[in-house]
Amino acid sequence: MGLFSELEVSLQTAYEVGLTEEEYNKVIEFLGRIPTYTELGVYGVMWSEHCSYKNSIKQLKTLPRSGGRLLVEAGAENAGLIDIGDGYAICFKIESHNHPSAIEPFQGAATGVGGILRDIFSMGARPIASLNSLRFGELNSDRTKYLLRGVVGGIGHYGNSFGVPTVAGEIYFDDCYFDNPLVNAMAVGIVKVGRTASATASGVGNPVFIVGSSTGRDGIHGASLLASREFDEETDNMRPTVQVGDPFAEKLLLEATLELIKSGSVVGVQDMGAAGICCSTSEMSARGAVGMFVDLDKVPLREPGMSAYEIMLSESQERMLFIIDKNKVEIAKDICKKWDVPITQIGVITDDGLLKVYRDGKQVCELNADSLVLGGGAPQNDLPASKPAYLDIVNNVNVDTLDLNIPFNEAFTKILTSSTIASKRWIFEQYDSQVRTNTVSIKGDAAVMRLKELPNKGIATCTDCNGRYVYLDPYKGAMIAVAEAARNVVCVGAEPLAITNCLNFGNPFDPEVYWTFKQAVGGMGDACRALNTPVTGGNVSFHNESRERAVFPTPTIGMLGLIEDLNKICSAGFKNENDTIYLLGNNRQELGGSEYIKLFYGDVVGKCPELYIDDEIKIQKVVLTGIRKGLIKNAHDCSEGGIAICLAEMSILSELNIACNINLPWELTPGILFGESQSRIIVCVNQNDEMRLEELCNKENVECFKIGKTHKVQFNINDKISFTVDELRNVYVQAIPSIMK
Amino acid sequence: MKFGIVVFPGSNCDHDAYHATKKNAKQEAVFMWHKDTSIPSDIDCIILPGGFSYGDYLRCGAIARFSPIMNEVINFANKGGYVIGICNGFQTLTEAGLLPGTLLRNKSLNFVCADIHLKVMNNSNIFTSKLKTGDIIRIPIAHGEGNYFADDDSIAMLEDEKLIAFKYCTKVGEITDESNPNGSLNNIAGIMNKGRNILGMMPHPERYSDSQLGCNDGLKIFESIAHSLK
Repeated sequence: MGLFSELEVSLQTAYEVGLTEEEYNKVIEFLGRIPTYTELGVYGVMWSEHCSYKNSIKQLKTLPRSGGRLLVEAGAENAGLIDIGDGYAICFKIESHNHPSAIEPFQGAATGVGGILRDIFSMGARPIASLNSLRFGELNSDRTKYLLRGVVGGIGHYGNSFGVPTVAGEIYFDDCYFDNPLVNAMAVGIVKVGRTASATASGVGNPVFIVGSSTGRDGIHGASLLASREFDEETDNMRPTVQVGDPFAEKLLLEATLELIKSGSVVGVQDMGAAGICCSTSEMSARGAVGMFVDLDKVPLREPGMSAYEIMLSESQERMLFIIDKNKVEIAKDICKKWDVPITQIGVITDDGLLKVYRDGKQVCELNADSLVLGGGAPQNDLPASKPAYLDIVNNVNVDTLDLNIPFNEAFTKILTSSTIASKRWIFEQYDSQVRTNTVSIKGDAAVMRLKELPNKGIATCTDCNGRYVYLDPYKGAMIAVAEAARNVVCVGAEPLAITNCLNFGNPFDPEVYWTFKQAVGGMGDACRALNTPVTGGNVSFHNESRERAVFPTPTIGMLGLIEDLNKICSAGFKNENDTIYLLGNNRQELGGSEYIKLFYGDVVGKCPELYIDDEIKIQKVVLTGIRKGLIKNAHDCSEGGIAICLAEMSILSELNIACNINLPWELTPGILFGESQSRIIVCVNQNDEMRLEELCNKENVECFKIGKTHKVQFNINDKISFTVDELRNVYVQAIPSIMK
Repeated sequence: MKFGIVVFPGSNCDHDAYHATKKNAKQEAVFMWHKDTSIPSDIDCIILPGGFSYGDYLRCGAIARFSPIMNEVINFANKGGYVIGICNGFQTLTEAGLLPGTLLRNKSLNFVCADIHLKVMNNSNIFTSKLKTGDIIRIPIAHGEGNYFADDDSIAMLEDEKLIAFKYCTKVGEITDESNPNGSLNNIAGIMNKGRNILGMMPHPERYSDSQLGCNDGLKIFESIAHSLK
């Protein structure tokens, strides 16, 4: 063969790159020989869960992943693509950067944002919004404050400098995330239909270029080792596997990439994220059923003496792999020169389907590209699953009979100021939410963005997942995550179109963890089918656990909604005095997994709230219709903290200090005030429109209760909970800053 | 009239300034590339937009100040040409020595993006001619280094000669510590040079120039310029 191996390869070295014995044997079977050290590293990283989805793909295939407005099937390209009409499409995706953020929060979060942005603009779409979903331990330890400060700083640092507005997000604080926080970053972009770029290599003889930053030793084995193990005493030593972000380089790379794609010189392009050169060369070759010759001596390096192994696996940021039309190379080089972005040819497309890699004149790899990738040779496992023992214990705590005896006023204030519920202003003020001047509103249940390309049209987007519900019932909890995300975009006046997901779970080889994974994917799929919001793609993150505990199963949903008329949108804050307030939906007094139970019982227990998907569909239809008819003036999803907190937030968000006087037509109980039954929305209409709203609800068979009126300043529920708006706002806004001081 | 908007590598409010001047203020607007070594003769007012020029890994604006176009901007301004620097543009103007003082890190040490209120301190200049002294306008800020600092003599000079264009204030116009979002001396949000042909301001008027985005108080600044230079 004449292949060169830097080190002798054995089963032991296979273990070191993250392969199992079975997988190592499969590699030998594919090759008909022992792999070189570089080849072994390539298999290690390409067959990692992060790149191959080997332990999740069988489940993911059960999700609705095509149809409707989807322009590409989930997983086929770098990100999902949704047709919004009038010749434009929205490109969006969410991804995790949990493990890097746990050991280096600032750079871990920053590069998470950078990575997902590249997925969007490598499709030819211009990023227009950034979102996130974060989980931390309780905000009472120095470590958690350090992580929060670092993660928020890193997200802001990258997005602000790059010039994309960070417009929405969600954050929960629960003990299970103490060792292993979750940092999921989502990006949204816009592109003309038919003007996208593909991550496919083609055209024998076409040159292969690296565009962007040089390659260093940062991030080697980020995907195969760091992301693929639990946290233990070794983890701190892995800090060098975290990459360092340069948003300025990415901003230039963005402009150069979009101009290159527009110029018609690009045959194919893929972001170099996890597993760098190795992943982009093999995936692009496999998609196009071509081979690639790669000379690593041509790769611009940050430091001398890097081995083939290191260059192939480096996860240095702000790089792209471009296949350029061989007749248009000069056009491409001129564009890169204009933006001062380095462009270097490292290879050429061949017709033999083989990835041939050279270093120092010696061949170090000769692999069938298809053998490396998902859908080709990468393993696809269905792991053992068994129902977790904890479920019966936590589900059998009868939360309705707990005698907690907390005065309503006190319970209300404590919930309003708990870290999970309280104002996140301390966080979102550190993000530029307005750059590019498309942000219409961040004051509703989802962010509303205009599209300068399409007057009057807009999109709504949000992230959602209450991991507590998924912990109590993985199937139903995942359904709720989808339903709530859809409800949130409906509450601002948008029609839910599609989702992207980020599935954060523990070690998949633990049958109890895998059971929760399978259940959650099942619930998500059923909810997506019912709500007609297919899955456009996403990311799986396993091994989110330490020796102490696994995180709650947390399948984060990123939702995209379409607004046909930007004049018909809705926010949460009360607008006028003397409007009539309605609670839509059934009040079942469900306290299981609620903020109330967590705060006052001290644990997440009980039964997950019910979700009747038909009721959900009906209430979403009523509210969307009501907003589009101009009937509903405010809408707010009734979620964590229940009716009481929902009403408090609508008052606090009022720009004119409008509060409400509420007379709930039931005897006050914790379940009435703080229960978290699903499929409920509180809306507000002009008093002359009461009949119209009631008729609309009757027509769709949606329960509707007139519960009060808006009025100036004083917030009052059944004369039991009473504050001024300023009092509420002060405690709500100050809760997190006072902890972070 | 015609606005010329400079694009540095890392500018990210360049297109926002273009949209605000072209679509909202309905004036002519063109981009000017940082590598250019001349300024078109028909430019009436240059905008140095917000962003993170050259990444701002050094002091903000410290590298932008040395880009080829800045020599021309300095010549243009010294001959009395009108220049407005917004956010990173303001930082670049102080680095270039066209405006006194400097912008330090925010007192909170955090980046802050928020709606704030500004009191118009002076309207006898082209930038605020359509506003009245004492008017209160709502415009957002988005910066990590917006804490205006200058020596005592410079501050006294700015106050005495009425070169402070805007100060941070409360909703009802009180100039207080609570309404100061970044620790700027004397609540200074924007200043002019002695010739009053150069304005630097940290808040972003281009972001609130469109009623679709909830507020168009910023448009009054571009309209003032257009009205004065028509």
